[in-house]
Amino acid sequence: MEPILEIKNLTHTYGIGTPFQRSAVEDMSFSVDAGEFLGIIGHTGSGKSTLIQHLNGLLKPTNGQVLLNGKDIWAEPKKIRDVRFRVGLVFQYPEYQLFEETVYKDIAFGPANQGKTGDELDRCIREAARLVGIRDDQLDKSPFELSGGQKRRVALAGVLAMEPEVLILDEPTAGLDPAGRENLMANIRDYHRNKNKTIILVSHSMDEIAQNVDRILVLKSAHVLMSGAPAEVFARADELITAGLDVPQVTRIAMALKARGVEIDPAVYTVEALERELLALRKGGAVC
Amino acid sequence: MLKDITLGQYFPGTTVAHKLDPRTKILLVVLYITALFCAKSLVTYGVMALCLAVCVYISKVSIKALVRGLKPVLFIIIFTGILNLFFTSGDRYLVEWGFLRISDTGLRNAVFMVLRIMLLIMGTFLMTYTTSPISLTDGLEQLLNGLKRFHVPVHELAMMMSIALRFIPTLIEETDKIMSAQRARGADFESGNLVQRAKALIPILVPLFISAFRRADELATAMECRCYHGGEGRTKLRVLQYERRDYIALALGVAVTVGVIVLRRFGI
Repeated sequence: MEPILEIKNLTHTYGIGTPFQRSAVEDMSFSVDAGEFLGIIGHTGSGKSTLIQHLNGLLKPTNGQVLLNGKDIWAEPKKIRDVRFRVGLVFQYPEYQLFEETVYKDIAFGPANQGKTGDELDRCIREAARLVGIRDDQLDKSPFELSGGQKRRVALAGVLAMEPEVLILDEPTAGLDPAGRENLMANIRDYHRNKNKTIILVSHSMDEIAQNVDRILVLKSAHVLMSGAPAEVFARADELITAGLDVPQVTRIAMALKARGVEIDPAVYTVEALERELLALRKGGAVC
Repeated sequence: MLKDITLGQYFPGTTVAHKLDPRTKILLVVLYITALFCAKSLVTYGVMALCLAVCVYISKVSIKALVRGLKPVLFIIIFTGILNLFFTSGDRYLVEWGFLRISDTGLRNAVFMVLRIMLLIMGTFLMTYTTSPISLTDGLEQLLNGLKRFHVPVHELAMMMSIALRFIPTLIEETDKIMSAQRARGADFESGNLVQRAKALIPILVPLFISAFRRADELATAMECRCYHGGEGRTKLRVLQYERRDYIALALGVAVTVGVIVLRRFGI
């Protein structure tokens, strides 16, 4: 598959020439395929936020390149706004960026900046609202009247309405209740499935990552520690734990069983897979 | 980036300049400013610059950091300099070029004015660099305590000041975040005419105000939960106490100021 984003030897150093000089991202290289659902995990301070702000040109690399469809995004610095429309970035707690009088107008901010007008603008707004589950009658409300979870949906719709080729989500479910989390993730999954757009999900929650993504990128102190399908990454659970990261709860159960002498693959990461493994064991006559 | 602003930043240290009582430092700065405004000759300006240099040397604050403090007021300094240089009439004109004339008093005024502003700013910055905001407000509160008799809410003012200082970095960070988020939605703060630029600020200011009010509300609740009810009967964790070095520093400060005033009397 064609890579849509390529990151080549990316380095970003803060506070050059001061005693506080520190590289948040150091010599990172990886690529993201078109249509892929990529998960990025890493401890606080591992460089996740700095990394994703490079992908849409909010930060300029100290060294290295970011290629979007094979073209360096900083080739023409004047056109960096186009990159931001093509790579949509939803920040952590995006509900704090809402500012308009109505939900409709707030969602319109991005696409209007893009230059969309009239029927097309209206179509983008309504479609984005539908994608995140905002009802038509909520569009005329003030965004400040909505609940926290709904505000977050509005903020997400504000980015989706720009119809980006790549969508980056920084901890989209942080601070939501379990039902809200599952709802929002279901919306994101549907969006990925129906639109076949590339999604990059940054999260602390291993379970959330394990259940959704095709591939995981693990960051540790400004470097890529590992990259691969969830099964491959969780097979190296020990390394993850030394990196100060967690493994999904299901994997932890499997690991505990393995430690007690049950013959089981400890790299399972979904409830269904664990169930299958355990049923297979029972058929094999092992005692659980 | 906004984060690089060093307004009233504190550089921790263990020098005498750091250890002095904050009240002493505030009084010294007041004396320093008084002396600076009394100075009117090369000699007295030299004395003031020397005093500052000695204090900087003692405090081990880097000159670079001190000079960086001048950056935000660079425009004012240049503006004052130019105004004084060209628009002061004098007896003798050094340069005449159309309506632009530089008189000898103009040149003198310009140089002294620029020197005065620079010394003033560097001196006050030295105080904020060596005193943490908390002890600074503590010192100010203690100094103004006498005004309580005239029903001046000294404690409340000091508390407001510490809270404001405490939230400057937080608000800067917040502004940075909101700006990034709006930029990610294609907001453009750099181009366009004045009206367009002012309009571009709305998407930053509205969320910033909302979050500031939210923070204020949360902080008020948190303070109330810990039974805060103003200054009455409130004791201090760190009780300020003058020591020998404070008396010495104050004596030196008074001596320099009196010296400068006396020299002024003699026209030096």
